Amino acid sequence: MRALMMLSAAAVVGGLLILIVVITVQGAGALSWAMVTQLPSGGYYLGKEGGLLNAIVGSLLLAGGATLLAGVLALPVALYLQRDYGGDTRRANLVRMSLDLLWGVPSIVYGAFGFTIMLYLGMRASLLGGILALTLVVLPIMARAMDEVFRLVSVSLKEASWALGATRWETMRSVVLRQALPGLLTAVLLAFGRAIGDAASVLFTAGYTDNLPQSLLDPVASLPLAVFFQLGTPFPEVQQRAYAAAFILLVLVLLVSVGGRLLASRMSRFSADR
Amino acid sequence: MSHISVRNLTVAYNGHPALRDVSFDIPDRQVTAIIGPSGCGKTTFLRCLNRLIDVNNSVRVQGQVLIDGEDIFAPRADVMSLRRKMGLLSQKPQVLPMSIFDNVTYGPRLHGVRKRAQLEQIVERCLRMASLWDEVSGRLRAPAAELSVGQQQRLCLARGLAVQPEALLCDEPTASLDPISAQSIEQLFMELKNDYTVVLVTHILRQARRLADYLVFFYMGELVEHGPAQQMLSNPSDPRTRKYLEGVIS
Repeated sequence: MRALMMLSAAAVVGGLLILIVVITVQGAGALSWAMVTQLPSGGYYLGKEGGLLNAIVGSLLLAGGATLLAGVLALPVALYLQRDYGGDTRRANLVRMSLDLLWGVPSIVYGAFGFTIMLYLGMRASLLGGILALTLVVLPIMARAMDEVFRLVSVSLKEASWALGATRWETMRSVVLRQALPGLLTAVLLAFGRAIGDAASVLFTAGYTDNLPQSLLDPVASLPLAVFFQLGTPFPEVQQRAYAAAFILLVLVLLVSVGGRLLASRMSRFSADR
Repeated sequence: MSHISVRNLTVAYNGHPALRDVSFDIPDRQVTAIIGPSGCGKTTFLRCLNRLIDVNNSVRVQGQVLIDGEDIFAPRADVMSLRRKMGLLSQKPQVLPMSIFDNVTYGPRLHGVRKRAQLEQIVERCLRMASLWDEVSGRLRAPAAELSVGQQQRLCLARGLAVQPEALLCDEPTASLDPISAQSIEQLFMELKNDYTVVLVTHILRQARRLADYLVFFYMGELVEHGPAQQMLSNPSDPRTRKYLEGVIS
């Protein structure tokens, strides 16, 4: 049994390593400074000059916007699900079940749904459309992750605050949020990681362009779609660039994840009951 | 100084009685120790005094707890100001996720104290009362979670004292402490009882002997006997109290 556990653990770590190595080796040839600092020029997709700055900036804007918007919605929902407010009432459980179902909905369905709504409203594929579709994808992830984080805050910690004459809201604001902060940050990062990597939901809603967006209503490129389109071409050098794009995406996700972990561990210095 | 009297207090969880028709007066400025075997209602009783019992939705409370003649369970009673009057020291020290300084000032800031100098004064006074000042005065900005468990419990005491309570409710406050820390907490109670009414729930009979001026014995949710500690320890009137004191039931 112990051997099986070790083997499984090794498979997880090994899988990550192999993934990083393969993507790096495949993409290394195409990786250059121009790749991350330039926009694609006319013949980029035929193997000529240019870079993927449009997709990098686009992905950061899409994922950042969606994470921000989802966070604004997820935090109050997660608070409502706590015993102190909605609690374990039927209404709260209905919300929880809805979130679980939404979590399971494939992101292409959100893309198609968003596309339909946008057609109805007469909107073009745009940064705003992409952000809204991605928000739908990450909102349930973030809300449920935050819900679990809040549920880990012990009742006796809240009681310590109530016993000093604090109201429910004062306790939430000054004690529970503070105690939950590192976990909340992890929930946000989880959502960001999911958002920046999602291709299906932005395919129809955000579109693709070689330019940087000038407003929320302009179409915008993204790294997952850059990978998708480039891998689909018949030219080996363009396909190699797809791996370079995948590598950039991977590095972005790893940077955010590692940075977030460092920040979370700094913040948990003050947590009670570590 | 407020006076606490309990009248016909009955508490039930989901219809199962935890306390039955309890009536007695808690003597002012003394240590009242509540003793009795596990599950006898000691903690339930204590949680009634600051209405933390309300946290549990399935609980039903009947009867009255009068503080200076006002029933704290009356519909219009102000729970927040009641809790402010009743300092709580729980079994396991629960420091708040903030610095030592902020732990002590948490209560006063909630109740409107904003001036820096005044907050600093409160911190020093309360930490001294809890005999923690000398150990932490150089690192007030450090996370409270970094203190030892014994220090954390004294910090919790200081935090409770900072809101200027009138009584201290202590629920087995030394249960998770090492003997030396426990002793220093006991020592503090002996000093604090000059200014505060102390209600101490304990399952340690020897602790009750050391500290209590007044003893209350609960058994199976019922108040069996109460009276001055000396008298009750040397000459209990109820056979169940006698058995408990002799260690036949525990």
